[in-house]
Amino acid sequence: MNNFQYTRVSSPAAAIAELSKDPTAKLVAGGTNLIDLMKYGVMAPDKLVDINHLGFNEIKKDNGTLHIGATVRNAVASGNADVLKYQPLLSQAMLSGASPQLRNKATMGGNLLQRTRCGYFYDISAPCNKREPGSGCSAIEGYNRMHAIFGASDTCIAVNPSDMNVALVALDAIIMVAGPKGNRKIPMADFHRLPGTHPELDTTLDKKEIITGIVIPDNHLAAHSTYLKVRDRASYAFALISVAATMDLEGSTIKDVRLAMGGVAHKPWRLTAAEEFLKGKTASLENFNQAAEIAMKGAKAYEFNAFKLKLAPNTMVQALKTASGIKA
Amino acid sequence: MDNKSQKENPSGSSRRDFLKKSSAITAIALTPAIAVKASDLKLDEKLSEAMEQMPLNIEINGEMHHLKVEPRLTLLDLLRERLKLTGTKKGCDQGQCGACTVHVDGVRTNSCLSLAIMNDGAKITTIEGLAKGNELHPMQEAFIKHDGFQCGYCTSGQIMSAIACIHEGHADSETNIREFMSGNICRCGAYANIVNAIQEVKAGGKV
Repeated sequence: MNNFQYTRVSSPAAAIAELSKDPTAKLVAGGTNLIDLMKYGVMAPDKLVDINHLGFNEIKKDNGTLHIGATVRNAVASGNADVLKYQPLLSQAMLSGASPQLRNKATMGGNLLQRTRCGYFYDISAPCNKREPGSGCSAIEGYNRMHAIFGASDTCIAVNPSDMNVALVALDAIIMVAGPKGNRKIPMADFHRLPGTHPELDTTLDKKEIITGIVIPDNHLAAHSTYLKVRDRASYAFALISVAATMDLEGSTIKDVRLAMGGVAHKPWRLTAAEEFLKGKTASLENFNQAAEIAMKGAKAYEFNAFKLKLAPNTMVQALKTASGIKA
Repeated sequence: MDNKSQKENPSGSSRRDFLKKSSAITAIALTPAIAVKASDLKLDEKLSEAMEQMPLNIEINGEMHHLKVEPRLTLLDLLRERLKLTGTKKGCDQGQCGACTVHVDGVRTNSCLSLAIMNDGAKITTIEGLAKGNELHPMQEAFIKHDGFQCGYCTSGQIMSAIACIHEGHADSETNIREFMSGNICRCGAYANIVNAIQEVKAGGKV
């Protein structure tokens, strides 16, 4: 690892000032992704700014709306009584990611900013537009088993690796951000971006901004929700396909439904067309199958990930069955 | 992290290497008079050392340590290379195997992905801190009794993780034990015996 300067800040303003002063400075909280990337030489910041002492480590409840601070650990949030009661989908998604040790360190804000696990992004000897813009994409013609089937571009086919993000986009979370120009709120669906011609940018967060917390609005979805993750081993592996499914049922009628997929795109992939199809319909296998067909429109596979074209709709139907509780 | 240079130079990395990389030093070096003088008197080495080492106060297995460390030193390398607490193992060094698991303020952590400097003021427990004199910790006893290892390389991490697994309340079923021990990989495949050891310690109620 290259050496770097290290500084602790005690206010968001000081963190923003550090980022404004030094464009190569990086914020660090849990460090489970950043330090790993620094060991590989994928990232080499000149300065790390420790934001663990900003007081963003609380979970607050305002009626049914949850405010989760940016440096709350994933293990703490996933075991929090209010999160379990109001947003069980989020807890389940977080518990399906990483290992207990990593969840003890990893923070909410850090998980939002988790970089892709594309092997070529990690391999500094391989061309990668995300790591080194303009150098090319090794995955498009390479071993692309883990890669995107939605929203990819000819510069990058990497996927966002986070489970938490899939749940947050389904729950219409809002990312609270502070920057040189003041505070702003970014809807989760707009927080991550598609690669387009700038795959080096994972999110719409400005380089001088800092995430302060995540707000999850109250909803009526807690009773019927599931996060189904399909992976190469039973635990501690990234998703091949994951589906967050949660709904508000009146009898067997779907009043509201949220669907999002992981392991398929550069951002957590909200399935709005399938949601629209299901709203007002009966929770039935037939409708779930049709919704899955709608969800898969526009999907495109590469040499080694064609299996996802079948695994994705199957996982979605299974998740909808589990969330709704229908037997068929 | 470059272990070789750590051994040759206990205070950290190659000074010359750091000089090349530090923009702060480069800025100073661009001032000719200072640069010439520094190089004549070999002050560059002292200067870079003052800037790269930071104070770290850390309690390890009940003993306070007042140290100076480079920011890039991981907690794992601090334990093994500086303090010679080699019970904690370096497996993958990337947070994937769990061999380096220690308790930081009672919370199990991959020490390979934790910068030592970020543990200022923390209380660390390593495998060396479990036994009381000649009396082994119940989890250590159980691993021996149930043959919870073969080569033993992952064992320190497994034991630290297993104790935390019980403390967290995740050892109430075999399924949960397997799920919440998944961050500790055992290439010898002693998993079944590790689960037995944890279940016995949990049932014993001493941990």
